[in-house]
Amino acid sequence: MIKYLLRKEFKQILRNPFLPKMIFIFPFMVLMVFPWAASYEIKSLNLCVIDNDHSTFSQQMIQKVISSNYFKLTDVSSNYNQALKSVEKNQSDMILEIPVDFEKNLSNGLGAKVMVSANAVNGMKGGIGMTYLVSIIADYNVGIIQKLLPGGAGDNSYSTIQTDTLYQFNPHLNYRVFMVPALLVMLLTMLCGFLPAIAIVFEKELGTMEQINVSPVPKTTFILAKLIPFWTIGFIVITIGFIIAWLVYGLIPAGHFYTIYFFAAIYILIVSGLGIVISNYASTLQQAMFIVFFFVLIFIMLSGLYTPIDSMPEWAKWVAAFNPLKYFMDVMRSVYLKGSNTLQMTKQLGALLSFAVVFNTWAVLSYRKKN
Amino acid sequence: MLAIEVKNIAKNYSSEKSGKFIGLGKPFSDNDTRVDSDTGIEGISFEVKKGEIFGIIGPDGAGKTTLFRILTTLLLPDQGSARVNGFDVVSEYKSIRNCVGYMPGRFSLYQDLTVEENLNFFATVFNTTIEENYELIKDIYQQIEPFKNRRAGKLSGGMKQKLALSCALIHKPDVLFLDEPTTGVDPVSRKEFWGMLKKLKDQGITILVSTPYMDEASLCDRIALIQNGQFLKIDTPKDIISQYKNKLWAVKSDTMYKLLNDLRANELTKNCFAFGDKHHVSMDNDKLTMDKLREELGTLGHKNLDIREIEPTIEDCFMQLSQV
Repeated sequence: MIKYLLRKEFKQILRNPFLPKMIFIFPFMVLMVFPWAASYEIKSLNLCVIDNDHSTFSQQMIQKVISSNYFKLTDVSSNYNQALKSVEKNQSDMILEIPVDFEKNLSNGLGAKVMVSANAVNGMKGGIGMTYLVSIIADYNVGIIQKLLPGGAGDNSYSTIQTDTLYQFNPHLNYRVFMVPALLVMLLTMLCGFLPAIAIVFEKELGTMEQINVSPVPKTTFILAKLIPFWTIGFIVITIGFIIAWLVYGLIPAGHFYTIYFFAAIYILIVSGLGIVISNYASTLQQAMFIVFFFVLIFIMLSGLYTPIDSMPEWAKWVAAFNPLKYFMDVMRSVYLKGSNTLQMTKQLGALLSFAVVFNTWAVLSYRKKN
Repeated sequence: MLAIEVKNIAKNYSSEKSGKFIGLGKPFSDNDTRVDSDTGIEGISFEVKKGEIFGIIGPDGAGKTTLFRILTTLLLPDQGSARVNGFDVVSEYKSIRNCVGYMPGRFSLYQDLTVEENLNFFATVFNTTIEENYELIKDIYQQIEPFKNRRAGKLSGGMKQKLALSCALIHKPDVLFLDEPTTGVDPVSRKEFWGMLKKLKDQGITILVSTPYMDEASLCDRIALIQNGQFLKIDTPKDIISQYKNKLWAVKSDTMYKLLNDLRANELTKNCFAFGDKHHVSMDNDKLTMDKLREELGTLGHKNLDIREIEPTIEDCFMQLSQV
């Protein structure tokens, strides 16, 4: 029986003029385009300089800023108001103002001040630009100190704290290394959770569900026949995802593939359960689509895909604690970057298993209630 | 054994308990002496014998589909009990699903599967094969067989309906439920369809069919007239017609609208309805003869008057019964 139902499902999916293409174009788009396009690395920020000193030091400093490649000198203004105008016109993102007597004060050991201001309409861009600029200036500062100090080479007479930074597990802070595993989770959520939900509601809306209901086919068989094709597709798609991650980004999980597949299997159970819950409550495609959007937005915003959970307010952390996406993303990133194994992720495993139980019980209960 | 046995079934769709009753059944009026149920709702009851074509005739919204959904175990009734083929619709719903065929009013087969695949699918779902019961559907299926590789969504209305009937029959059901099978189908196909039903009846299949078309009623063995969730009458079409209380006259003149008003204004008129190009009137015949009516209408200025006695149809009976 289920064999025949499955054959019908696959036939329908393959015969759909839209769905099979979408199922394969979607992961390609997500994995090929997104990590390249969306990146926190900011290059060529437009910089406006107000040099009131016109000295060697000020020239050197500007030179150092420009040569970092992060900034592009787009404007040189004579005063702050003029510079502000250029920011308002969107020609510059940041302003660096060097005061009069910059070199003189520095040489006399009095210390000098520079002013840095950023356009924070896009807070992320402003913040990151500011950090870059400040660290370049700090770097320049160290050079100046060493040069100006009477010992020449600046031996022990003036000691500064030297910091060596090491980024564990992602040494170059590569954004893509961090995003690709998380995007795979999103793909699984869409394919194994929301697509079957929509497929079930579609049968409801067409009236074919009623035909099945008056037949001796048990409801569980019917739902299983709906889920299994998407589970299969889900596994195929993450496998394709692994291949793309390897070919395009050179990413190979530091951990084992079977750890990922094991967690993926549990995760698929969770999202399918949620999908069935949605299909039980929605009676039209429109309703189903809207509920799906609702969950997708909440899941993604509160998953740590873009913004870390730790930076969220306390209440948002609580909401995120009930987000299965978050745990599986955790797992994916840990396996890919750190090479964690199942034993090291018992907390996530526990959380995911309880989600699987809760959602699937809910699915059964809500189904009973509706009938 | 009875094929269908319904006792005091009711279903209320109204969301609030105290709200207006919408659905199948009817609340007892306050001064009704028969009130003995706890719910205060009078449900419907009827029986269908084996091998009978039983028609449920009534206008849109009368409760036909609700009744079908209850009997096909898709909907739970609020009160009452019903047995199909000896099985209770609530406690033994699984057995019912094995032995009934249901064809809903809306075409609901898989549009993206072909004709043959649909039939095959429903055969498998009912644990059978096309070959096993091919004899039963042969007459119907042969007509759509030339298109068996066409997708169901691309069939014409009449062909879709034949396919749906084939799918509902493929497991050789004991009872066949057809919910408005001929709505939206052309007159020729409708006639053909009823011919097929007659053949199925000869094979011993009990058929419960609903329709808003009164002319199809006479093709059933017995019919139930339904309105506002209540059965007005259950009987054979012949008996329903013979029980028509008065003589029925068809009246025609040059000024039809004025004629309708004049007839309705007459004290002796029991009821009067526009029926195509004539008006059907039934009158208190003890006090008014046809000649007298002709005379009266003549004085009111009607020209080319034509009054003749006609046999009442089911529609006339329905109109008369629904007026009370």
